[in-house]
Amino acid sequence: MMKKIFLPLALVTAAMFAYAPFAINNVPLESTMLLVQKIFYFHFATWMALTAVIAVCGVSSLIYLFKGSRAADWYAVASAELVVVFGVFGLFSGSLWGRKAWGVWWQWDARVTMATMLVLVFLGYLMVRKYGGPGSEKLAAAMGIFGAATAPFVYKSVDWWRTIHPQTSVVRTLGDKFPAAWNLVLYCSAAFLLLAYLLLAARVRLEAMRSELDRMYLAAED
Amino acid sequence: MGVLASMFFALQQQTPDGFVPVTGAPVTEQIPAAPLVMASYAFFLLLMVFYLWTIWRRIGKVEGEMQALERRQSESPKR
Repeated sequence: MMKKIFLPLALVTAAMFAYAPFAINNVPLESTMLLVQKIFYFHFATWMALTAVIAVCGVSSLIYLFKGSRAADWYAVASAELVVVFGVFGLFSGSLWGRKAWGVWWQWDARVTMATMLVLVFLGYLMVRKYGGPGSEKLAAAMGIFGAATAPFVYKSVDWWRTIHPQTSVVRTLGDKFPAAWNLVLYCSAAFLLLAYLLLAARVRLEAMRSELDRMYLAAED
Repeated sequence: MGVLASMFFALQQQTPDGFVPVTGAPVTEQIPAAPLVMASYAFFLLLMVFYLWTIWRRIGKVEGEMQALERRQSESPKR
């Protein structure tokens, strides 16, 4: 099933990403931030994809911890890696945007700091998996669950602690105030979610192959 | 008392304890946005290419190891 839809989905995703720069170029400038606001379209979309892979990691970790499903463990480790990849881009693009909008490369405000901590939790997950030795899967699963539980706090942090980062209402009201930007945000978010799905599928395949290799080694020893 | 208080607040306003942003900075002092926007999208492209390459490389490595193991297993009864 996955093999059949992988290539068509990959082509659709590639076409969406190929068209995205033209759409971003054509959308009108925002009144206060002007050109630098165009970072928003990929910046926001990457956090959408990141939220999706965090949810996958949290649910898969729960399933693995309580049911012991190996497939769930593959999804958990694959999605944790994607959290780090999307998180790095989210923080980097935010830093570039902040350089112009805030005048600084980095700001220790609640949202930025919590998002960094979130990415570090999942980086910790990957380090536990790589260097934790036998049994580290369960410890990592617990980290995955706690990392996922942190995500809603990261999202609401801008509303609870008013700092320099815009509030969540900016996106909620975008459809009314700036429909062209809203449509493009939806488009880019769809492209990023598709990309996240494809990367997750490829990464899960790698985990499945590693598991099969371990099984072959064990069979060879017997 | 009211005069003293107003003098105190006036003094506070005159001596801010930190940097104060200036409005209407000359154009030459402003940060150009285009390199930042370009850097953001270029970094995303490079990151994705690099990440796909690492997945492809790791899959290739596991496949190679599987084939080597299968070869060893098929050769071993002959010895």
